[in-house]
Amino acid sequence: MATIAAVQPQPKKSGISNLIRRVRNGDEVAWAITLLFATSVLVITAMLIGELWIGSAASREKFGFGFLTSRLWNPVTDEFGAYPFLYGTVVTSGVALLISVPIGVGAAIFLAELASGKWSDGLTFLVELLASVPSVIYGLLAIFTVVPMMREYIGPGLKAVFGFLPLFQGPVYGVGYLTASIVLAIMIFPYIISVSREALLAVPREQREAALALGATKWESTWQIVVPFARLGIIGSIFLAFARALGETMAVTMVIGNDMSAHTSLLAPGNTIAAVLASEFNEATGKYYPSALIELGLVLFLLTLILNGLARLLILVTTNKGSARV
Amino acid sequence: MTARNIYRKSLNNLMLTLTGVCALVTVLVLFIILAYLVYNGATSVDPAFFTQLPKGTGEVGGGMANAILGSAEIVAIASAIGIPIGFFTGVYLSEWGGAAFSFVVRYMCDLLNGVPSIVIGIFAWIIIVRPMHQFSALAGGFALSLMLIPITAKSTEQFLVDIPRALREGSLALGATKWRTVASVVVPAARKGIMTGVILGVARVSGESAPLLFTSLNNQYWSTGLTEPTASLPVMIYSHAISPYDDWHRQAWAAGLVLLVLVLIANIAARLILTRGSSPARG
Repeated sequence: MATIAAVQPQPKKSGISNLIRRVRNGDEVAWAITLLFATSVLVITAMLIGELWIGSAASREKFGFGFLTSRLWNPVTDEFGAYPFLYGTVVTSGVALLISVPIGVGAAIFLAELASGKWSDGLTFLVELLASVPSVIYGLLAIFTVVPMMREYIGPGLKAVFGFLPLFQGPVYGVGYLTASIVLAIMIFPYIISVSREALLAVPREQREAALALGATKWESTWQIVVPFARLGIIGSIFLAFARALGETMAVTMVIGNDMSAHTSLLAPGNTIAAVLASEFNEATGKYYPSALIELGLVLFLLTLILNGLARLLILVTTNKGSARV
Repeated sequence: MTARNIYRKSLNNLMLTLTGVCALVTVLVLFIILAYLVYNGATSVDPAFFTQLPKGTGEVGGGMANAILGSAEIVAIASAIGIPIGFFTGVYLSEWGGAAFSFVVRYMCDLLNGVPSIVIGIFAWIIIVRPMHQFSALAGGFALSLMLIPITAKSTEQFLVDIPRALREGSLALGATKWRTVASVVVPAARKGIMTGVILGVARVSGESAPLLFTSLNNQYWSTGLTEPTASLPVMIYSHAISPYDDWHRQAWAAGLVLLVLVLIANIAARLILTRGSSPARG
């Protein structure tokens, strides 16, 4: 804090004796210690990126960019392609967003615009508790609830109504893309709700009052004025949730079905990058197999990196605009 | 009222009700999860769960005593590494950081926080498991510490920055050096907030299983040291849940309930500490 430093007398003359005095005071020592720890964070993160890059070198050299588009995954012949997993990751997360965004934004509108302060805070705390439930517990619950429901009711139901679409064809196993999407949708609720709510609460009060004074109903003021005002923050929350969904491992691994090819039908079993890592990494031997898996990790890392970056930027832009609690 | 107004009015009511339904759905999901877990878990938790080793594949009975101890071990290692690094990084960012370097450190913390947990597991495998040729509690603890560092750093910085300037100036005016001011005035004033952050962080990482899959692996027996493969509750839940045996499912429910209760207690405790401790008179 620059202002604090200014309070301290800091004679600029005789640098060495000044340094000795400050070392004796302990200030320089404390500074050096905390700096050391802060630097270690840099080093660790740099190492993480570096090791992923080095670890995937064999695979990158052998397959090049074709790795991302190849559908082959055959450890026996050392042929590896990421497409089925990349596809599964994007599809499950995308469908999860389709389910989660309308409900999440609706809930955020309720919490920000309608619920009174205390109720809003209490309910938001409950929703945020959802984020603290460990992923493996979502997986455990999903295996014994969502999977059988999908097999018995949801899957056959969707086939009966939308069976003419290629999205809902083929046998229903219970596990598969759609099952994973439903679980992911529940897991990302808290991110969408709590960040969107913050963005909505940051909309200046005058905006609402002006709309209401012109005769708009509460809904019109909310939907036509407040939501557009907070849109960047809401979009940011969606990106954040998207990044979370992409990297989500355990729950997805437990319900995705571990099928090694890409399928058009959402009812079919598939795989995601995180799930294939979880289920195959320990079995990987040889030169290219582990390397290809590490490259998958690198791809996943880069995807979440980009989405997180965009999310943070958007959230920063909106929450700085102003604040008013209705 | 004109037809147009009736339409607007009913649209208003309809949409506002719908948003309420949305909120209700999300909160209900939480309660359904809790209820279902309690329903299945409560009948499954027995004394043997806490005191016995897992039985062989498919056999009935036994418990997860080794996984409970293993989880505690791994989380303790993670805390021993992650909390100091995170804490001092947070102190640096709030008290000493120059603009440019702080920006980089903060950015790296955010980046680390966003890394999927499975990728953290790969990293720990590359730098610890592979050179040691051995899965170990140490590697698992290291992996979890990487998740704990950004959480701790971020919350520490946040709560330190919120301490009013007057408090620091008062201490400096009394002749205290800067580090003394930080150590005996600023940090103690923010201690409740910092503790909250740490508790939430530890609770979060203790439920993680993805980073442990290829670091501490799993173990049907007591692990004999920190360099041995070690069982942990989350990984046990995973391996038991995907097994085809009913009794293993029962134990997975028991483990799930125990884990969730611990995590929720930590979350609610953290919340209570924060709401009770945020009296501005102190800070």
